[in-house]
Amino acid sequence: MYTTELQKQPSRPVAESKAEKEPQELVDAFEARVAADEFIEPKDWMPAAYRRTLVRQISQHAHSEIVGMLPEGNWICRAPSLRRKAVLLAKVQDEGGHGLYLYAAAETLGTSREEMIEALHAGKAKYSTIFNYPTLTWADIGAIGWLVDGAAIMNQVPLQRTSYGPYARAMVRVCKEESFHQRQGFEIMMAMANGTPEQKEMAQDALNRWWWPSLMMFGPPDDESPNTAQSMRWRIKRDTNDELRQHFVDVTVPQAEALGLSVPDPKLKFNDKTGHYEFGEIDWSEFWNVVKGEGPVAKERMSARVKAWDEGAWVRDAAAAHAAKQHAAKQAAE
Amino acid sequence: MDIKTALFDYLLRLGDDSLILAQRLSAWCGHGPMLEVDLSMSNIGLDLIGQAALFLGYAGEVEGKGRDADKLAFHRDALRFRNCLLVEQPNGDFAQTIARQYVFSTWQRLLFQGLVKSGDPRIAEIAAKALKEIDYHADWSAEWVVRLGDGTAESRDRMIAGFAWMWRFVDELFQVDDVDAAIAKAGIGPSRASLRAGFDAALKKTFDAATLPLMPYPAAVLGGRQGHHSEHLGHLLAEMQFLPRAYPGATW
Ligand SMILES: [Fe+2]
Ligand SMILES: [Fe+2]
Ligand SMILES: [Fe+2]
Repeated sequence: MYTTELQKQPSRPVAESKAEKEPQELVDAFEARVAADEFIEPKDWMPAAYRRTLVRQISQHAHSEIVGMLPEGNWICRAPSLRRKAVLLAKVQDEGGHGLYLYAAAETLGTSREEMIEALHAGKAKYSTIFNYPTLTWADIGAIGWLVDGAAIMNQVPLQRTSYGPYARAMVRVCKEESFHQRQGFEIMMAMANGTPEQKEMAQDALNRWWWPSLMMFGPPDDESPNTAQSMRWRIKRDTNDELRQHFVDVTVPQAEALGLSVPDPKLKFNDKTGHYEFGEIDWSEFWNVVKGEGPVAKERMSARVKAWDEGAWVRDAAAAHAAKQHAAKQAAE
Repeated sequence: MDIKTALFDYLLRLGDDSLILAQRLSAWCGHGPMLEVDLSMSNIGLDLIGQAALFLGYAGEVEGKGRDADKLAFHRDALRFRNCLLVEQPNGDFAQTIARQYVFSTWQRLLFQGLVKSGDPRIAEIAAKALKEIDYHADWSAEWVVRLGDGTAESRDRMIAGFAWMWRFVDELFQVDDVDAAIAKAGIGPSRASLRAGFDAALKKTFDAATLPLMPYPAAVLGGRQGHHSEHLGHLLAEMQFLPRAYPGATW
């Protein structure tokens, strides 16, 4: 998921947390507020580890939105009709807007957008593994909207009630738009699944390639997510990775059937007793390789971001220089 | 020239200008110099796609051969495109994109201020909706001309180079041919020549604020309105039209 914990190690070594020595009454009051589902606001006291975890999670989410513009941006200039072009351009623009709200939410915790972006470019910050897969045909645009935005909604709807106020409020705006994206993606899949044999082949091929990476988006299995318990106690996370993944499979498999497409998992079957689908083993070695930055197009994604940032430096400098001149002129006039 | 032929061609000119520029701006999406600018360029692109769909849709109706906006956008080759040469120019760096946008939107604003009074009610209606959008495009790009012109030494050099690239395509915007003469005579649109004074005045104001020198215009490069484009358009169309051309029977 955009926000899933991609660290294998527990995030807070014991020695470090002891060194922080936070006043117990503040910690207790904070924990009580969070447990009572109150929102924590930027000016409120919060444990340093809570702040650090949030900055990491929110900036990772923001980076995912921005890097996520690239795979779909790859098809804007080749969208097959004026309507599809407008819808896709608006969608990718929405993702940029999500990045903007999220950077702003993270900035309330005292880290600047520039610092976060530099951490991304230096390979220190992560983003969702899903965007390191290529978009090969127009059907991939449908599959991303349907599956990736669909998975994003499942992760983000609970975050509307996350404990940090600015993050929760950003999620309210984001979620409304993500459900549009999901529907638009499904609509593309429907047009193609009901189209010519070649279109149907593209649709099935896209599902084959995007299915497993979509399941991986929810992050490592619960027994390999050492920070989940702490994040759930802090109400930064509200469901475990495996719970969300199961929910996604349960909702999505009938949609694939409605499209007349087959899910690429021979072990997939509905369990009448549990009311859930059982599904096959996820290839976790692939997942961890992609997390490490070895996804098929990780290099393309990062170099596109770095290029845009570096080539934009003179523009940002010019805007700052002009604003400074304006400011000086205004002061002189006063 | 009969008025129906002129009107069809005129609508293609309006629709193609917006379509081709939208296609250029779309290529920036996800690659802008800062997030806010990225979003603004997408906004402008979206407005332009909307304009293109309306004008090309109307063009298809006027032609009466069953072609809709998509058919006209995706199934014509370069010789049949009627956009000005300016809009098909490459994005270059951000300054070159801004130079193109500023020249186009400043001119388009003047044109559409005339079109809202068009004797053709359909055109007047589209123009009224579009003019609000174009006001924003023109103001936004003028602000960037000023920021870059009056920013740093580097941004100033780049802004001047951006205009230098676009300068030979300015005169074409005001060129009057048989189509324009017929349209102006029928009261459908303003004569393009009549827009020049307003354009020059707007340009001077922005260039003064940007502390940029007004360069003399080189020999005009013409031909876009007659289907003789720059080398760039063929590549743009190859990319844009690929899917509908490769799968002619498909709907998407
Ligand atoms: Fe998202
Ligand atoms: Fe998003
Ligand atoms: Fe989305």
